[in-house]
Amino acid sequence: MTGTAVYLYGVARDLDPAALGGTPGVSGAAVRGVVAGGLTALVSTVRLDDYGEAALRANLEDLAWLEETARAHHEVVDRAAHAAPTAPVRIATLYRDDARVAEILADQRERFGEVLDGIAGRSEWGVKVYASPPEPAEPAGSDPGGGLEPRAEPLTGSRPPKPGAGAGTAYLRRRQDERRRREDAGRRMAERASALHAELAEHAIASRHHPPQDPRLSGRAGTQIMNAAYLLDDEREAGFLAAARAAAGHLEGVELEVTGPWPPYSFIDADTVSAAPAAGDPAS
Amino acid sequence: MTAALEAGAGAPAQRIALVDLLDRLLAGGVVITGDLVISVADVDLVQISLRALITTVRDELLPEGES
Repeated sequence: MTGTAVYLYGVARDLDPAALGGTPGVSGAAVRGVVAGGLTALVSTVRLDDYGEAALRANLEDLAWLEETARAHHEVVDRAAHAAPTAPVRIATLYRDDARVAEILADQRERFGEVLDGIAGRSEWGVKVYASPPEPAEPAGSDPGGGLEPRAEPLTGSRPPKPGAGAGTAYLRRRQDERRRREDAGRRMAERASALHAELAEHAIASRHHPPQDPRLSGRAGTQIMNAAYLLDDEREAGFLAAARAAAGHLEGVELEVTGPWPPYSFIDADTVSAAPAAGDPAS
Repeated sequence: MTAALEAGAGAPAQRIALVDLLDRLLAGGVVITGDLVISVADVDLVQISLRALITTVRDELLPEGES
């Protein structure tokens, strides 16, 4: 079977195809536009060898393949989004041929129209917040007081071990204190994250929380306490970034990472976007 | 306290973290029924893939779990 299929990246309105500037698509395929109903679908022809059902199922679980495809998909969508309102479609959406794509454009014209209305002149920004790694408990060897203990005891919240108390008791108490400390720290972090979110959301049309990233995929130490996306009117970007910068300066114990502008991947849901006055809505 | 604030659109393209991209590409975007694969396996396919993927990465990189 060496047939082909048509891979769809996204749907744009009033897109000048020249804006893509010859960006290659997935698997290095050329990208072209299928125009119908006033919309332009960005597509590539791909081989069923790679994108047929069985092949795709296997390929999607191959990290290298997935990465390459995701980056290519994003590159195309990103280029288009800088030039015209563009609604990305989910990765690996495939059709038989251009005629079918044109049919989809015609069938779904209204839906795409709504989505595009919701994102025109807007971009997505990502904000990730990490709890800073805790200060090392003791500066190994330079602590004059704590000679016998493996770890300096905190002065708050716990009675010093009674002389003569068993080593086991001391150990258990230390474990307990440590756990309490961790829980308190966790709570404080969550409060900070939600205050920060409320502040940032004031600048945004809509917001959405992504699940915290797996540290093994992100390669980041430190607990991720927030992974949010914000849909911003282009003219509010500066204010949003200033707010993020200010927050990064005055929030203790957290690190902020801002990414963007993104094509509005997280906000193509007509519901999300039209639920506009998202001011301070920490939910979802 | 520290912030890694990326510059705006005009800045030289920094390589986007794959994990940030996957957050968006696998969970976002317009979901429409395609002729292939997704029409059969529906939306779950990519979710299952991601789960498998993360499991794979986890197994490779960190054999021991955390409590």
